[in-house]
Amino acid sequence: MFGISSIYILDQKGRVLISRQYRNELPANIHETFNKKLLEFDEYTQKPVMIDKDGYTYIFIRHNNLIFMTVCSQNANCLMIFSFLFRLVQVLQEYFVNVEEESIRDNFVVVYELLDEMLDNGYPQTTEFKILKEFIKTESFQLKDKKQPEQTNFNVVALVSNKISWRREGIKYKKNEVFLDVIEKLNILIGQQGNVIKSEIIGQVQVKCMLSGMPELKLGLNDKAFFEAQGRQAKSRAVEFDDIKFHQCVRLSKFENERVIQFIPPDGDFELISYRLDIRVKPLFSVDVLIERKSTTKIEFLVKAKSNFKPKSTANNVEIFVPVPDDAEQPQFRTAHGSVNYMPEKEAMCWSIKQFGGQRDFMMNAVFHLPTIVSPNRDKFQKMPINITFEIPYFTVSGFQVRYLKIQDKSGYNALPWVRYITQNGEYQIRMN
Amino acid sequence: MSRPSASTSSSSRSSRSRYGKEVKELQDALNQNKIESKRDAIRKIIDAMTRGKDVSMLFPDVAKNMETSNLELKKLVYLYIINYAKIMPDLAVMAVNSFRKDARDKTNPFLRALAIRTMGCIRVKLITEYLLDPLKESIKDEDSYVRKTAAICISKLYDVSPELIEEQGLLKLLENLLNDGNAMVVANAVCALLIVQESKGTTMLQLNPYTIQKILTAMNECNEWGVIYCLDALAMYIPEDGKEAEAILERVSPRLNHNNPGVVLSACKIMMKFLDYLQNPETIRQNALKMTAPLISLLSLGKEPEIQYVALKNINLIIQKRPIIIEKDIKVFFCNFNDPIYIKLQKLEVLSKLANNDNIQQILHELKEYTQEVDVEFVRKSVRTIGRCAIKLEKAAEKCVTALWECLKTKVNYVVMESIIVIRDIFRKYPRKYEMILKDLCENLKSIEDPEAKASMIWIIGEYVDTIENADSLLGNFSENFKDEPANVQHQILVAVMKLFLQRPNDGKELIHNLLKTATIECENPDLRDRAYIYWRMLSTDPELAKKIVFTERPTISDSSYTIENELLDKLIENIGNLSSVYTKKPESFVKKLRDVLNSKIADKIDDVYDQDQLMEGRPEDYSDQQGGSSNINENNYETSSQIQSQIQQSQVQQVTQKIDLLDLDENQPQQQQSQQQQQQQQLPTQQIQQPNQFQNIKIPFAEVLNSNTPGSQAQIQGLQIEAAFQKYGDKIVLDLKFTNKTQDKTFSAFGIKFNKNPFKLQPDAIEIQCQPVFPGSTQIAQSSINTNGPALEEPPQMPYKIQVALKTNLDVFYIFIPMSLSVLFSNTASITQQKFIELSQAQNMARKQEVLQIQIDPLKMKEKLERNYFFLIGVRKDERGVELLSYAATLVNGMPLLVNVIHTPTAINLQLQVPHPTLMPLLYQAIGFILTLN
Repeated sequence: MFGISSIYILDQKGRVLISRQYRNELPANIHETFNKKLLEFDEYTQKPVMIDKDGYTYIFIRHNNLIFMTVCSQNANCLMIFSFLFRLVQVLQEYFVNVEEESIRDNFVVVYELLDEMLDNGYPQTTEFKILKEFIKTESFQLKDKKQPEQTNFNVVALVSNKISWRREGIKYKKNEVFLDVIEKLNILIGQQGNVIKSEIIGQVQVKCMLSGMPELKLGLNDKAFFEAQGRQAKSRAVEFDDIKFHQCVRLSKFENERVIQFIPPDGDFELISYRLDIRVKPLFSVDVLIERKSTTKIEFLVKAKSNFKPKSTANNVEIFVPVPDDAEQPQFRTAHGSVNYMPEKEAMCWSIKQFGGQRDFMMNAVFHLPTIVSPNRDKFQKMPINITFEIPYFTVSGFQVRYLKIQDKSGYNALPWVRYITQNGEYQIRMN
Repeated sequence: MSRPSASTSSSSRSSRSRYGKEVKELQDALNQNKIESKRDAIRKIIDAMTRGKDVSMLFPDVAKNMETSNLELKKLVYLYIINYAKIMPDLAVMAVNSFRKDARDKTNPFLRALAIRTMGCIRVKLITEYLLDPLKESIKDEDSYVRKTAAICISKLYDVSPELIEEQGLLKLLENLLNDGNAMVVANAVCALLIVQESKGTTMLQLNPYTIQKILTAMNECNEWGVIYCLDALAMYIPEDGKEAEAILERVSPRLNHNNPGVVLSACKIMMKFLDYLQNPETIRQNALKMTAPLISLLSLGKEPEIQYVALKNINLIIQKRPIIIEKDIKVFFCNFNDPIYIKLQKLEVLSKLANNDNIQQILHELKEYTQEVDVEFVRKSVRTIGRCAIKLEKAAEKCVTALWECLKTKVNYVVMESIIVIRDIFRKYPRKYEMILKDLCENLKSIEDPEAKASMIWIIGEYVDTIENADSLLGNFSENFKDEPANVQHQILVAVMKLFLQRPNDGKELIHNLLKTATIECENPDLRDRAYIYWRMLSTDPELAKKIVFTERPTISDSSYTIENELLDKLIENIGNLSSVYTKKPESFVKKLRDVLNSKIADKIDDVYDQDQLMEGRPEDYSDQQGGSSNINENNYETSSQIQSQIQQSQVQQVTQKIDLLDLDENQPQQQQSQQQQQQQQLPTQQIQQPNQFQNIKIPFAEVLNSNTPGSQAQIQGLQIEAAFQKYGDKIVLDLKFTNKTQDKTFSAFGIKFNKNPFKLQPDAIEIQCQPVFPGSTQIAQSSINTNGPALEEPPQMPYKIQVALKTNLDVFYIFIPMSLSVLFSNTASITQQKFIELSQAQNMARKQEVLQIQIDPLKMKEKLERNYFFLIGVRKDERGVELLSYAATLVNGMPLLVNVIHTPTAINLQLQVPHPTLMPLLYQAIGFILTLN
């Protein structure tokens, strides 16, 4: 059981923006050793866990132009530390929106305060933004002012170590509402012949909770295992989750035993569920690329995109990235639908279609000029996959459905649940070749 | 010339004065009454502090502001004090009063907690004492937030003044917090106890059914980090039986659905460990399968690569222990185009482990795709993975070879080279099975640059000289550049040409002749030269025999070289999620503190024996259930000379292949100086030693460590026989050597000695050995005194424990292994008191074992023998039947304690051994055997 010996926030050049040491024995300039160690590797060989010759381990992540780095001198719980670092970034994002050198420098006092609360002696403590925001504020906060703050202070203290640490008492709304957003991301890799090599759906249920008091919520899904646990015949459209994870407010043992999702929600926005489905999905889009080299200095692409979902759905903001040779120039595009842009920095052209109905297919033609001096990586583009981004509202690719959301509070108010569904691309790739 | 320097000095002066001015301004601002100006000043100071500027001179001014009621200002002041208290302990005392006051603030628990948390960070011994009272009160605070902070604070202060914390009973109070009604307090208490446990080296967190229940209950209610502390504590528990294990698993398994990856892996750690205690195969299966989905989720595409990396490393371990957990889901281990390279390489590693006859087609299809990607490192590893699959799965080998064949046809340089290396291994595993690809192999000779690929190719040609028609011209081409090639390529050329000649004498005659000539006359490399000589002689004496030797059957290769041995695997499973699992190493091999303890010097051993016990992780390691094995006292204590010889040969092979530079005997300047110094110092002790000592210790008999038929490392000479034994004379360790010259006409002289790195840091005082020249047929005895200041080998000693030694003579250098008995390494001074003995014997991190020594010895003689070999009698207990239990303790030269309980019976001696490291167990047993049997 070992924690973090010291933590640093460094800028791009490895200069210290924030540092806290929790162990005496560490050399004061250990971040310099880290910087040197970083230089030993290039972007390909670098790993996020490194050890130096003195046995100090560096565990770090990058975010924008920052490096969040911790030093451990022992056999620490590595995954706990990574989880903590990502959480730290998340919390900072909630505070400053953009977490970058500038915002850290401007708010270093708040960052220190946060670190103090989130990490005691190198062991993570309270990392819930909703709790932290109650007593660490960006504006100055005065203890002298004994009217209101003193009161919150007590609440806060209760919050941190409360049984229900994620919600404080006495929340009031005029109109009690809950919004559920079901967001599914489709990760799919499609082979050259249109065969699906692997596919998975990563889903999440985002909740915006505007409820008074301490309500107890019960959520019903079309979960196949739930129907089975009830001894009922599963409906045809029931979903079989491969893995499902919950916000800490959900009673895990209740779910484990009865497959019932029951919880007292935190106030405001939070992620209630994340789930994963390992099912074979028919590609929502398929793209065929025909490449013709008319001469050594000219290359022509014929791109055909087809949507395979039902006609009543429509995909928005579809962008299809087709790789091209890295030295291609003088593009000429022809298409009846949407617009095409050349993006040399991505070595690709981007075909954007604002609205793409179901069961439609569109064509696009592109011609590039190729210089006579051949780039050494000219053929690399054929090994790169086509990427697609899109959004299909009112549609879940898995068939996920919220059956009901029951809300019960002592005061007995009526509350309205709202549900929205959307499917987005995750890593949606088609191999070219 | 002088002007620029003047200007720089003036500019630095001006900057200094500007700096001084700034300091003055800050001081003024701090002394004003306005909160705002004070706050801004401290902000500036802390900003400067973070940037590495020294603002310590402002300490008095800053500390004055501690007693402010402005919380933000107070936090800033605290931050400053934490940073500088260590360098200014005297001034830090100023802060004490404020802490004491805040910690007792009646109205605001937040303020109390802040004071408690901050004062723990001030690591100044001087003030710890003043903080104990408020700390004690805070443990009983009505507010759980304060209590949870206090729990951690105890662990902080324990780091600074362990004695004080213990004396004041704070550890007891900390233990009581396990009964707290608040889950977060319990979780932090668990965490704090584990921290103290690690630094104290004795069990602090008593894991028993009662505390386990407490922890399980707390785990249900505390936040995610608290869950991790609870889980990591539970993972150390050894369940009574399968039923208990199952009950705990039932409570733990819901945590697999937690959002936090850290929680998931910590839960897996317990699952993996406790599954070993279950009996019913179906229950095991069900529980194991619960891990599948959560583990795979850690790899889903949205997850951060860093998390994926740690997950992959651990999955790699988990599937080696229980393959069932991930059997079908191979697709998640397919590489995505955008995966960072370190993820891709890890995925390949896992894929090769998952490959079986059912899924190989699918995996191969993917691997082939990868071989066409752009990243060289990834492509090479993909090719290598195909080869590993071929070697692992005999049935699928043909498909793999076909895939490699396609790789060859790509003609992409690095793909071809890697394929050749892999194909060599396949040819070794399946001789003569895939000759069809030889033709394509031979077409790629031009593009081979990489020496390993080249050597592999030449080996293949040599192996198939009979099938490859133009083998003679191919080898001829390679031979042309013979002199410019690196050693491994030269070696293969020589072997291949030899094979060519033996198979097709007419085609190879000229080639072998020229090559042997070049190799023997012009070659600098002794290995190569010797091999050429041997070949030459073999050919000139008996070509048929030569054929038999060169084409002898070779040991087959297998995929097992990539798997981890069980003992290490179990250790790593205990460390799932920890760094140990990422490095695939035991904690003691990379954690500096553990390593240092392992090699701790004699100098500071006596006083800090107990601090050094941290050597072991605070895990109970009970070896009492391990029966049999390791008791070899009644067998041969020393290997026969042939066994030793074979080891020597092995060691020589190692020398050749790894080029360990054991023998920088003469070149190294500083060492020579050192040796001169030591030689001077050595004069006295040597004389003392050589005087017939009062001879308390047992005398370890000589063991033959070098047979007269064994040649030296440079193969120049044989005929020297060496016998050796480590002895203890008084408080000095000595190496006794006996040289016998069995040559007819050579004289050995100028003996020098050097030790390889070893766990107890033994090294000779001087390199030179004072010894008369050894003439043909004569024998000489010599001594070398040993100290323990040498370089350390960071591995625990293994049974049999031998020191690798290089022995230099005027004629050649010999590598030998000298057996070492632990009895030589006992410290002469009694350092373990009765109380410490009891403490140690209850420590959970000591390995324990019951042994029986089948000898008949008079009890008084036994006591006398043990005692004169530095086993110190600690206590004697008698049970109601009058059986006497003697407790002995010994200390090794590096401070490690060894505890022995002895019960004497007329026919045997029952021993209960306790050592800080399990590998010491057989060594201690052996040493006691020596002491009691030898004179």
